[in-house]
Amino acid sequence: MPERDEPTGALVRPYAVTRGRTRPKLEIALEALVETTVRGRSGMIRGGQGGSEHQYIAAMCDGGRVQSLAEIAARMQLPLGVARVIVADMASDGLVAVYEPTSLDDETDAVGTELLERVLSGLRRL
Amino acid sequence: MSHRPAAGRVTSAKIVIAGGFGVGKTTLVGSVSEITPLTTEAIMTSAGVGVDDNRQVPGKMTTTVAMDFGRISIDRDLILYLFGTPGQTRFWFMWDELVRGAIGAVVMVDTRRLADCFAAIDFFEHRRLPYLVAINCFDGMQYHNAQDVRDALAIANDVPVVSCDARNRESTKNVLISLVEYVLTMRRSRAVAPA
Repeated sequence: MPERDEPTGALVRPYAVTRGRTRPKLEIALEALVETTVRGRSGMIRGGQGGSEHQYIAAMCDGGRVQSLAEIAARMQLPLGVARVIVADMASDGLVAVYEPTSLDDETDAVGTELLERVLSGLRRL
Repeated sequence: MSHRPAAGRVTSAKIVIAGGFGVGKTTLVGSVSEITPLTTEAIMTSAGVGVDDNRQVPGKMTTTVAMDFGRISIDRDLILYLFGTPGQTRFWFMWDELVRGAIGAVVMVDTRRLADCFAAIDFFEHRRLPYLVAINCFDGMQYHNAQDVRDALAIANDVPVVSCDARNRESTKNVLISLVEYVLTMRRSRAVAPA
């Protein structure tokens, strides 16, 4: 299991994790949901590549507990940009699936309207 | 993309909670969130974002911007996030990211410090993000009525102005319901009569 106290919020190390990269391989929205794949899970069990950050994220988003990019960053005490680079790396290695939010841009789009209706009825049920 | 088009694909949505410092944004988020509000931080360097190699920028200044947010599971496969805007409105770079794809925004107002919300309203109007105004009634007192606030903010007649107690779950719920109803109404009217 990854150690919960690691990594810390120190700024130098997180960017070391990304080898100085600030640009992710994949643009990921703040609220995009991340879920560990079968491959990510088996990598976690084997000890995997990519260091403790990968394992920590794989454990966090496993077993149906999807987490947003924002939650991953907050729980790992990593700056958002760093978390985004790491999650994008993991996604391109097939360790996690990233589910982008449904677009609401097109106002004539039925998918967006249906999403809003679901949010509304969900809020009423709360 | 890394989407797996499996059955039960999960998706998310977000609502932005804006307003001046100390107006009760995090309180409002916390009153309905299923998790204790979390804080996420973004870092901005004065050299600008998107610079891939920071070693070439000696003596750069960095600014950390913190945002509090909460989570509501609407369904097993639909999660709603509530993001509070950073306290200082000068951190616009973060606002861009916050409003992108958002359902809409709640602009929280303390009637004793009305001017604190002007920048947020300007921003949402400029970005055409639907918003409503929620007057946070501290200690149960409302110092001005909704029409006074509407006049003072010079906002359009169709923008909802509601009162709330950010500490109260039901009250916060009603604010969010009002916002989504408003967004749906606007969407339907525009779908019928495209501008």
